[in-house]
Amino acid sequence: MNDFHHSEQDSDRFRSRVVFAGSLVLLCFLLLFGRFFYLQILQHDYYATRAESNRISLVPVMPNRGNIVDRNGVILARNYSAFTLEITPSKTMGLEDTIDKLNEIVEIQLKDRRRFKRLLEESKNFESIPIRTRLSDEEVARFAAHRYRFPGVEVKARLFRQYPENSLAAHAIGYISRINTKDKEMIEASGHEANYKGTEQIGKVGLEAHYEFELHGTAGYEQVEVDAGGRAVRIMSQTAPIPGNNLTLTLDAELQRVAEQAFGGRRGSLAAIDPSNGAVLALVSSPAFDPNLFVDGIRFDDWDELNNHPDKPLLNRAIYSTYPPGSTFKPLMALGALTTGKRTASQTIADPGFFQFGNRRFMDDKVGGHGMVDMHKSIVVSCNTYYYVLANDMGIDNIARFMGELGLGRRTEIDIPGEATGILPSPEWKQRRFKKREQQKWYPGETISVGIGQGYNAYSTLHMAHALANILNYGRVFRPHLVHSITNPTTGEVRMVEPQPVRQIELKREHVEVIKRGMAGVVREGTGARAFAGASYESGGKTGTAQVFSLKGGQKYIAGQVRERLRDHSWYVAFAPVDHPRIVVAVMVENGGFGAQSAAPIARQVFDYHLTGQRPGGPAPEVSSPEEEEESAVEQAEETTDEAD
Amino acid sequence: MKLIKRLIQGIFAHLDLPLFMIVMALMGIGLMSIYSATASDGFWKLDRQLINIAASTVVMFAVARTPPQTLMRFAVPLYLLGLVLLIAVALFGIVVNGSRRWISLGVMRIQPSEIMKIAMPLMLAWYFQKHESMLRGKHFFVAGIILLLPIALVLKQPDLGTSLLIGAAGFFVIFFAGLPWKVMLGMGAAFGAAMPMMWSMMHDYQRRRVLTLLDPSSDPLGAGYHIIQSTIAIGSGGGLGKGYLNGTQTHLEFIPEKHTDFIFAVFSEEWGLLGNGVLLVLFTLLIGRGLMIAAAAPTLFSRLLAGALTLVFFIYAFVNMGMVSGILPVVGVPLPFISYGGTALVTLMLGVGILMSIHTHRMLVKK
Repeated sequence: MNDFHHSEQDSDRFRSRVVFAGSLVLLCFLLLFGRFFYLQILQHDYYATRAESNRISLVPVMPNRGNIVDRNGVILARNYSAFTLEITPSKTMGLEDTIDKLNEIVEIQLKDRRRFKRLLEESKNFESIPIRTRLSDEEVARFAAHRYRFPGVEVKARLFRQYPENSLAAHAIGYISRINTKDKEMIEASGHEANYKGTEQIGKVGLEAHYEFELHGTAGYEQVEVDAGGRAVRIMSQTAPIPGNNLTLTLDAELQRVAEQAFGGRRGSLAAIDPSNGAVLALVSSPAFDPNLFVDGIRFDDWDELNNHPDKPLLNRAIYSTYPPGSTFKPLMALGALTTGKRTASQTIADPGFFQFGNRRFMDDKVGGHGMVDMHKSIVVSCNTYYYVLANDMGIDNIARFMGELGLGRRTEIDIPGEATGILPSPEWKQRRFKKREQQKWYPGETISVGIGQGYNAYSTLHMAHALANILNYGRVFRPHLVHSITNPTTGEVRMVEPQPVRQIELKREHVEVIKRGMAGVVREGTGARAFAGASYESGGKTGTAQVFSLKGGQKYIAGQVRERLRDHSWYVAFAPVDHPRIVVAVMVENGGFGAQSAAPIARQVFDYHLTGQRPGGPAPEVSSPEEEEESAVEQAEETTDEAD
Repeated sequence: MKLIKRLIQGIFAHLDLPLFMIVMALMGIGLMSIYSATASDGFWKLDRQLINIAASTVVMFAVARTPPQTLMRFAVPLYLLGLVLLIAVALFGIVVNGSRRWISLGVMRIQPSEIMKIAMPLMLAWYFQKHESMLRGKHFFVAGIILLLPIALVLKQPDLGTSLLIGAAGFFVIFFAGLPWKVMLGMGAAFGAAMPMMWSMMHDYQRRRVLTLLDPSSDPLGAGYHIIQSTIAIGSGGGLGKGYLNGTQTHLEFIPEKHTDFIFAVFSEEWGLLGNGVLLVLFTLLIGRGLMIAAAAPTLFSRLLAGALTLVFFIYAFVNMGMVSGILPVVGVPLPFISYGGTALVTLMLGVGILMSIHTHRMLVKK
């Protein structure tokens, strides 16, 4: 009885616990249902959006980069479509194995593998990465026959940048190459990040760099459904990319070719400008390089060769290398004298063959001197003494102010990066340049060296051409520019670059005419006469020689006895025709000796082609004649050289 | 002919139709969801699961025919076998993914902790039945030791999910046997106090799971990824779901373990709140039926066993759906009758078989 009762009690307690458990179960399930209600009804929009953004990925579609053509439509940079063999790593069965087997069908060299590895490290695993570029038609056909064996490998048509004229105008055009960390920072800083999401290459130097955002175009987008591994499952919608703008240059490719060939491989540079508007007609830096080498990522040995070559082919000498202008500075000095009123054209000095300054004697190049010298003669015979005296009379501050106005010692703002400012010496410049007190002091003797274009003076060929163009244009300054117009290939809309002058220098017409006549005299009867013998047009010019090293006092400079690298630099600045100048050039041949010897013949070939269409038979010859030797680099050979440095 | 008829009758005599239909409905939903989750790989997972279902149904029928008294005889040997195997695992087990859970028997690998899921409630129900007339405090104490010994071994493997299920199964027996509320509350308080100590004993991955539960976004690509993606799947399903085979989270592979532990996310994305409601109703019916069987059971052993097994189904379902929807930590617990996998299914159907056996043999006992 007791047992039964006990059992009955147990049973009741058990039932109550079952009820309790059942209630707990219901409560828990209600809690779950509440959670589901919250997620699926209250928060549905949020999670639906999350699911969509999970699922849909925007894949950028690259725009075509703009073409670059010269003023006559000659193509200098374009894109071409080539077949590449590409691997999508996530779709293959074993990457190494796939590449080994591919090698049996299409040759894959070690360098291809190396590049592939590098690209692989940088990319996301669902992107297809090129293993071989520029397949031949035969290779494409061979792969097509075996393609079933290679899941995840496909032949794709990709656009490549090509410079069909190879090294022609390489420094001006520049090149594109892979985007690096610095480029990325630049893109982010300029707010173009979104547009560059799928871009792999960017303009590194020259016009490709300066006009990067014009040339690039606007990326399009494909909305792609992707799975969790990021693999594209299907394309849902597409926004077409907008191709980049085309650049039409002021540069004349044929003139450029003539100018480059005139150098015949010698080191140097040339800048040719249309003085009426600042249009750059040719911009040479010799030797040059082939920009096509950079497009796919330059090979190490190519880079090594270019970078370590003693002639420094990567250096853009025309805008970056600066040299003392030597006697080419004299016409500018003469104009400065007229403009500041320190001289009239007819004022003469007697040249005894030297200029005595205190206890120092600055030598003329002609023993015994040139006799009575006025401004015209001073230019024609390149009389040092005239300019020693003039510099002393003008003073360094006047010289620096006037030359600065002309555009020396500052950037010309040409539309390619990497321009040097040059050095326009002045007491202020010396203070900034040197740290030690005794070095900061400006010595009056230094003014006299500056007067003949030596001393601290240092300008690029572009500087000199720019300054001369400004003079010939009667002080109207145009920014030198390589791009004539920018064309939108979609709308056909053309935007002109720079027809307006940027500033006006106060120059008098009659003063400019004196300089023009003087320079015309140099070609007619002076140091330029031999190089321009028989020309069918009238041109003006001025030779110059920049010293590579100072000779000790009294030592005679004899070109043949000096090792090639220590020979003087040869300058020539010129314009033609004299009446209505259409072209201004500044030429510099490194270690070319006297200005008339190497530089002037190059200018002759450039003028011949530009004005008469006549092509030279070969590189510009080196001419030498007794008169020219007179204009030797002993210009600065002084009795005392204590202040040379 | 007569023989076959008798055989069929014999099989169906021990079938509990409501329970059977609920389980079949759940397994049908399971097959459907497994196909959706694995359609990209073809039919083979579906085929395998069909075989699993067939095999486990046979097990269910066999157990259903076995009288509870016979089952009781298996209690002690099965428990001891499980315990010995667990010790063997601890000594010579195979390590997979950092956990020592399996033991090799030459031809096959078995997971002894799975045996314990059934052996534990069986053993405890047997123990309380044996001392039915004079249950005292010390019996609850001994029961506690019977419970904790294997749990400690499974925790050591480490396998948090399984130890939770074994612990729950054993605890439910003790609960139904009449463990006083005061003791339960006291134990709860002691457990709360012991939390910091347990935290210090946890493995790093277990701690991470707890932490990512509290804030899944703290580790969106690592441990939090599972919860975030399954929550997105459920939430984006909305009221009526995206439609069968149209779940983007599922078919674009954003859901991890989508045919096993996370299959609920697959189902929920495609069928929405409506589907979830149906599923919850089915589980409620299953548990309700189980508790009814327990309440109607004639002996202490069968009452405790039926009650405990039923609540184990609940724990499975609740923990799984709770973790997939992001309110419980991620522990390796499948959704009962739905998730892909043979071992779990056999264990579950064994439980169903026991429930049927208890229910269909109750009259015989009374006679």
